[in-house]
Amino acid sequence: MAHDHHDHDHGQEPPSDIALRVKALDAIVDHFEHKTGPRNGARVVARSWIDPAFRARLQADASAAVAEFGYTGSQGEHMRAVENTPAVHNLVVCTLCSCYPWPVLGLPPVWYKSSAYRARAVIDPRGVLAEFGTKLPDEVEIRVWDSTAELRYLVIPERPAGTEGLDETALAALVTRDGMVGTARV
Amino acid sequence: MGGMHGLGLVAPEADEPVFHADWERRVLALVIASPTRGNIDAGCHQRELIPGAEYLSITYYERWFAALRAMLVSGGFVTEGELASGVALGPKVTPRLSAEAVPAALARQGSYLREGVGAAAFRPGDHVRARNLHPAGHTRLPRYARGRAGVVEAYHGAHVFPDTHAHGRGEDPRPLYTVRFAARELWGPAAPARDSVRLDLWEPYLEPA
Repeated sequence: MAHDHHDHDHGQEPPSDIALRVKALDAIVDHFEHKTGPRNGARVVARSWIDPAFRARLQADASAAVAEFGYTGSQGEHMRAVENTPAVHNLVVCTLCSCYPWPVLGLPPVWYKSSAYRARAVIDPRGVLAEFGTKLPDEVEIRVWDSTAELRYLVIPERPAGTEGLDETALAALVTRDGMVGTARV
Repeated sequence: MGGMHGLGLVAPEADEPVFHADWERRVLALVIASPTRGNIDAGCHQRELIPGAEYLSITYYERWFAALRAMLVSGGFVTEGELASGVALGPKVTPRLSAEAVPAALARQGSYLREGVGAAAFRPGDHVRARNLHPAGHTRLPRYARGRAGVVEAYHGAHVFPDTHAHGRGEDPRPLYTVRFAARELWGPAAPARDSVRLDLWEPYLEPA
């Protein structure tokens, strides 16, 4: 095979067009597999918990606030952060397909894109939450955000009790992807 | 498919990897590098064109691949013959994306917000009803909300209208609103009284209520 030759005649040849195109594809995969993901969102949530000025900016314009961390790019052009409280729980779905805030959460998990989740999150959010082991008191209001490509939603979970002494890094370690979609509490 | 029954339970996978097979990595990267990627609405619609029974029987990245393949052919970037043989016959028409250019390409934003569109018809607090529309093509008005009454919560400016843009009929930007629907309005008296669903809906989907 040609690429197994390492003699002097061939060693200096520039890589082929197709090899360069594949290299670019590998760089795209590397970005989504290793350089973005829910650790980004966890840092945003942790800062929102400890920094009231940042929290205000996040509520006013989530895309701009998230860009302070350098998290920008496609599928995050217009983001909105929705806060859980003791009385309100937020849950995000895309019944149409799979819209998701890529810059802060990366690519969505299989269950988020599944027919079961897309069908049931809007009509039976409490049943879906139970499948994640999440039980909410009946008096808690559930707000389901059936999102599309225009606005991408990030749930800001409630800060757990007993975490007053933790710094931003330790707090971020507590924040899960499911907590930021709303299928779990943190 | 919002509100449909019979599609099973949600099955979260513990410690799920980003990809489950190498070919999924390659499909994701191809879709992002593809010259067809500029129009997200057309991409959505292409996946909706997969026949229903097939759509439900294949995986997410299989749908992406089917849609990519169809759009590359319809866009004139490859022919069915080239896809079948794996050999490019004509000159390569797409400029090469280099690995060095990938970070900038991924950071590039493609906002569909458009300035200079006329005044919005509704304001936060207005009572509206989703029109009973059943277009054959792409729309972002879910079936379960059609004919239902809600309240405008927010106005987001004018955004490219997917119903025309998905079909190559122009951007036609229209005002976009977040509308709150009570769960009971959508699903009947058995739904919890406090719960609600919020949808981002374009003005042509709405009428005063």
